[in-house]
Amino acid sequence: MSLARQLPYFLAFLFLLGCQEQTLDSSAYLDEELDEMSIYHLPSEWHTQSGELIALEDLRGTPLVSVMIYTACKTACPRLVADMRHIETAVKSKTKKDIKYLMISIDPTNDTPDKLMQFAKDNQMTDDKWLFLQGTEESVRDFANILAVKYKQISPIDFSHSNIISVFDRNGVLQFQKEGLGMENDEIINKIISISK
Amino acid sequence: MNIKNLLWIWMCLLPIQTMAQEMALVRGGEFLPLYGAVKNEMVQVKDFYMDAKPVTHADFLEFVQKNPQWKKSMVKKIFADERYLTAWDGDQQVPSELHNSPVNNISWFAAKAYCECQGKRLPTVDEWEYAAMADEKIKDARKDSLYNVKIIRTYEKPKTHLLKVGQGEKNYWGIFDLHGLVWEWTQDFNSVIIAGESRNNGNGEKGLFCASGAVGANDLMNYAAFMRYAIRASLKANHTVTTKGFRCVKDANSNYLVQK
Repeated sequence: MSLARQLPYFLAFLFLLGCQEQTLDSSAYLDEELDEMSIYHLPSEWHTQSGELIALEDLRGTPLVSVMIYTACKTACPRLVADMRHIETAVKSKTKKDIKYLMISIDPTNDTPDKLMQFAKDNQMTDDKWLFLQGTEESVRDFANILAVKYKQISPIDFSHSNIISVFDRNGVLQFQKEGLGMENDEIINKIISISK
Repeated sequence: MNIKNLLWIWMCLLPIQTMAQEMALVRGGEFLPLYGAVKNEMVQVKDFYMDAKPVTHADFLEFVQKNPQWKKSMVKKIFADERYLTAWDGDQQVPSELHNSPVNNISWFAAKAYCECQGKRLPTVDEWEYAAMADEKIKDARKDSLYNVKIIRTYEKPKTHLLKVGQGEKNYWGIFDLHGLVWEWTQDFNSVIIAGESRNNGNGEKGLFCASGAVGANDLMNYAAFMRYAIRASLKANHTVTTKGFRCVKDANSNYLVQK
């Protein structure tokens, strides 16, 4: 996709959050019953590993399990990915409900859809329940701030970041967070199953 | 993208001249911040313009009048918690004695939106700390024990958020009140990582951060700065606290006309 085509989306994101002038009409048209704490109030658009442009809101209706990673990460991220796969396998054995697993890159400059796709293939995460997302520097920061995920770029290819897996219900409300690596996953698995009922 | 979104963009791009406030040029350079330097290497800061004073209640009132989604009654809890603008009596009733005091009980999302609607942005942690290490006479006064003591004294003083902006002395760059009234939001406040601070589920702190050893404090003597970083690390983006306000900055290469 050319820069010229991406620019309007980027601008939209920049200004939308802060500057939308809502009339009564438009706020009534918007999701009136959406919970105040829903992430779907955050207007943002992302590229998936297939290069498709999606709005966060397109995911409404499906429980989400998300983690923030970057593909060049050699230390914690492989373990986070392993945790996600372990959780996904365990949840799948107990429920048939549709659940999406989001891997959000904190390095939108380097993690292009192609890189994300390669990462997905390398980790056998090609099923369409796995969504790898490339945002912009700003949309990533907003999303991280909703989750209280901290990160800092410490070199052109390395980031320091918190290891947090978050669970959202169908309306995008954060219901559970698991912090730290390689810990007991039973609690988060039970939470995902109860949310997806 | 739908038409509605486009409309919002254009409404925001309309010039909001009355809201433009005086900015001061901060010449870039390099410095070693308390936190965030990787392997103790100097951090580079480019030239930027910074609001000479913190955003006041009166400034923010004008903003919510133009952007009603940021009114107390309209704002979504995910963007600002229940103490948002708690000093106001309603959506547009600001007690008159607060007009020229720094706006407080403001969330990161609200502060960011305010700056963006003026074509500005929040300062980065490094930019803020760089501008704020100056005293009235020199760019970096951090070695001056009196400079540090003076700041810590203001941290001990109660209710400094009720003071008026622009009453003290300008610093080297011509900026007022970086210390003394309120702490201020920064764009990348979530980049401050202080190990062991957060939800931990009983696990050791080792597993919490990738490469956590790379970013640490370099000068624990600078207690005032340590307080600021600790506050940054402890807040979430929708939190609103009495002791925190904000101001905006703009890149120096963006042709912003400094108002005299």
